[in-house]
Amino acid sequence: MATAQAQQVEARVIDALASFGPDKSQITRESTFEELDIDSLDLVELAQIVEDEYGVVLKGEDMKELKTVGDAIDLIASRAG
Amino acid sequence: MAPSARQVVITGLGAVTPLGVGARTLHERWAAGSCGIVGGEGACADFEPSEFLSVKEVRRLDRFSQFAIVAAQEALVQAGWNEGLPYDSVRVGCVIGTGIGGIQTVIEQHNVLREKGAKMVSPLGIPQLMANAATAAVSMRHGLQGQAYGVVSACSGGAHAIGSAMRMIQYGDADAVVAGGAEAALTAFASASFAAMQALSPTGTCRPFDARRDGFVMGEGAGVLVLEEAEAARARGAKILGEAAGYGSTSDAFHLTAPEPSGRPAARAIELALHDAGLEPEGIDYVNAHGTSTPLNDAAETSALKLALGDERAHQIPVSSTKSAIGHLLGAAGAVEAVATVETLSTGVIPPTLGYEMPDPELDLDYVPGEARPLIARNGGPPAAISNSFAFGGHNVALVLRGEKR
Repeated sequence: MATAQAQQVEARVIDALASFGPDKSQITRESTFEELDIDSLDLVELAQIVEDEYGVVLKGEDMKELKTVGDAIDLIASRAG
Repeated sequence: MAPSARQVVITGLGAVTPLGVGARTLHERWAAGSCGIVGGEGACADFEPSEFLSVKEVRRLDRFSQFAIVAAQEALVQAGWNEGLPYDSVRVGCVIGTGIGGIQTVIEQHNVLREKGAKMVSPLGIPQLMANAATAAVSMRHGLQGQAYGVVSACSGGAHAIGSAMRMIQYGDADAVVAGGAEAALTAFASASFAAMQALSPTGTCRPFDARRDGFVMGEGAGVLVLEEAEAARARGAKILGEAAGYGSTSDAFHLTAPEPSGRPAARAIELALHDAGLEPEGIDYVNAHGTSTPLNDAAETSALKLALGDERAHQIPVSSTKSAIGHLLGAAGAVEAVATVETLSTGVIPPTLGYEMPDPELDLDYVPGEARPLIARNGGPPAAISNSFAFGGHNVALVLRGEKR
């Protein structure tokens, strides 16, 4: 079961990704960044939002490992906790 | 021009200007006497990027690139390229000029730096503000894989882009080039800076060649042309709108901002363009002037036209300024004005210099006061026109454009 914090992170990440271009209804935990056409520049912007709002610092090497939206949510939620 | 040189024809036109979206819209509204200058500036007030661009494109493009994308889309559709490129993609180039590039992005991201710190500056900052961003965006959207670059020469950028594209085709480096100019510099910073050098009209009025002219009015927008090698264009059955027949460019090497007052270097650019087109002054039926409405430009340009065309011929040719209807689009101006010139040649309607009412005794050419008038091709053949662009830095460009026989 996701915690309240994880749910909140999930909603925020999906909103942020939707603002980058993909239709919000297309974004699920299983979506890959590749299929959403989210590239490295978008992920840097996502990292800036996350740092600004949750104080979680995501470095380049962290981002490189991320393949799906769920990967990003889990990583951010684990560090924000 | 050497007889063996490849000929360059125009098959598509696109424009985003303060008179609206569309090349035909620009010419029709200008010819009807509409003026897109409101409150001392020529803003593309009705331009809504999301009507034309995806969410991702809107976010990733500075306004000057957004204008370029929309103008290019119109030009490519008119050229019949909407179903795909008619040439090997590596043989299609892209050259878009600009005066400044993404100045709005510079200002926004500099504000982020000051207010939120270096860590919050967007990774999209540089790719949005770079002067070649519009070229990159047009190239990516349409898969243009030939030579692509920006051209930077202040208010001659758009005209230099067209000249460079002509040479690329003539030299054989490309079979077609998408060429133009784009600018979106309506910012408090740019206005203050132009005002500080006393180039901007303190009254917010643009009346080129008029005795009361007191400076230019800034505008924004983009113009794009599809240029193709003539034989290839004809072989694919393209509708030919006109010919990019001549290109000449010189520099004043005189002053950072003021034009060389005798007009000689500018005249030389016009002479080079005529020679390149294989035309004498008698073959020119219309001049689309740079005509900024600054005291110095309009005087120097008048002198240049007399020197290049001869005093008698210069007095016979109608001269009008697109800037009177849309303001000065800086690095987009040369391209937008080339678009307006091709429309003038193909419709046979010369739009007037709006706001020209009080002749300056020193400036005595026919500046097309009042209303639009018919274009008369003197030689009975396809009409031809000169489009001038002169820039801060002293960069002069003249283009000779030829219409199709109507």
